Amino acid sequence: MATVSTNEMKSGTKVLVDGEPYSVVDNEYRKPGKGQATNSIKIRNLKNGRVIERTLKSGDTWEVADIEEIDMQYLYSDGEFWHFMNPTSFEQVQAGATAVADCSKWLKGEEACKVLFFNGIPLSVTPPNYVTLTITETDPGLRGDTSGSGGKPATLETGAVVRVPLFVQQGEVIKVDTRTGDYLGRVGK
Amino acid sequence: MPRWRPDASLATLKARAELCGSVRAFFMARGVLEVETPILSAHATVDRFIESFSTVDGRWLQTSPEFAMKRLLAAGSGPIFQIARVFRLEEQGRHHNPEFTMLEWYRPGFSMQQLMDEVEALMRALVGGAGGFQRLSYRDAFLRHAGFDPHSADATQMRAAAMAAELISAADFANEPAGFWLDLWMSRVVSPALGAAQPAFVYDFPASQAALAQVRQGPPPVAERFELFWRGIELANGFHELADAKEQRGRFEADQRYRCAAEQVVPPYDAHLIAALEAGLPDCSGVALGLDRVLMLKLGLSDLAQTLAFAADRA
Repeated sequence: MATVSTNEMKSGTKVLVDGEPYSVVDNEYRKPGKGQATNSIKIRNLKNGRVIERTLKSGDTWEVADIEEIDMQYLYSDGEFWHFMNPTSFEQVQAGATAVADCSKWLKGEEACKVLFFNGIPLSVTPPNYVTLTITETDPGLRGDTSGSGGKPATLETGAVVRVPLFVQQGEVIKVDTRTGDYLGRVGK
Repeated sequence: MPRWRPDASLATLKARAELCGSVRAFFMARGVLEVETPILSAHATVDRFIESFSTVDGRWLQTSPEFAMKRLLAAGSGPIFQIARVFRLEEQGRHHNPEFTMLEWYRPGFSMQQLMDEVEALMRALVGGAGGFQRLSYRDAFLRHAGFDPHSADATQMRAAAMAAELISAADFANEPAGFWLDLWMSRVVSPALGAAQPAFVYDFPASQAALAQVRQGPPPVAERFELFWRGIELANGFHELADAKEQRGRFEADQRYRCAAEQVVPPYDAHLIAALEAGLPDCSGVALGLDRVLMLKLGLSDLAQTLAFAADRA
């Protein structure tokens, strides 16, 4: 099993700690002039995103986590699994609900996603930063209000609900930032 | 930034040259002689936590000029100082570089407190400021910032306190000795709280951390050793120097046994130093000060690399 020493742990290094995959966020070397050196290492759990801090003696090692991120195209969902294709090799993989999680609400088909594999199994899926989707349901806006202040909820064709300005109407196509869920604007047809 | 470019700005390099100039002026005015000693030696430190670079011909790069300078003192040099380049394997981080610039000086006839006075005067000359530096015993620094007495707490108590303070998680470091916990508390909690405005001295270290300092009998016995901290960063380490050749050889041999048991490199200790102590080292105090760190703090830089023409990863 490949291991990585404290002095090789950089931001982004993937490590296996207590059987869980983590990504190194920060690594601070501390040493009293005449004393034991330690590293305080902040790591992010790649399954749940939680950041924890662990202390190691300098020179100690962790196992390297078998983590790979691949750009893949979303194909379809059969209700139980979400299917993705590697556009280079045309290889297809299926990801379960835990891996897809919140990402599924932005996917209708053909989106270029990033799939993170842990030991060859999809661990998480990141949607494109921006998606363009049709509003399937929203209340009619109040007449005369074009300021966009306050806004109203709108349901998109994939099921996601975002806040849109009052003047935006059902049937319109909008651009959304998937990282924040923010409405960015209407897309002309 | 292209990798051939320097880490330090030209303004910083000028400030570095001025800093070294101020150091030389300070000691010249006080009648302290500048010396140069070898960087390469047949011997090395055997300190448990300092690793030396070895060379292809079986010699060692110095981790401090201490041994050679003490040989000069034993030969009757009188007060001496040196601005030395020193090397420490594997020490790299925001406040560490594997080679760095150490100002080291020795004062025959000075007590530990007298040498702290001179360190304070030098810092005033280098970085300005007014008002006295705080002086805290190691015990008081721990009582104040860690909440326990470092001379009486045992490993189990310090580990439990570290868990309560969330310095470690429950599974970590089950079998470490007390010295490990003192170092962890010092580097994670106590030193970051020291010298927030003015630099602060910590003195009278546990006898277990005497290194090359004299031990003053207790209770508890303490090492006549001090360190200087500014904005949480360790700047200097000084000793009322151990002059007893037999005691010094005993400490070197104990460190070698520790290294051997821990399956670490066991360098040869400096037999010339032992011979010099046998011949007679004048009663003296000595101190080493990290000039790069002084420059970093003086200029308000966040990273030691910014004080170096080329830090280790582009050297």
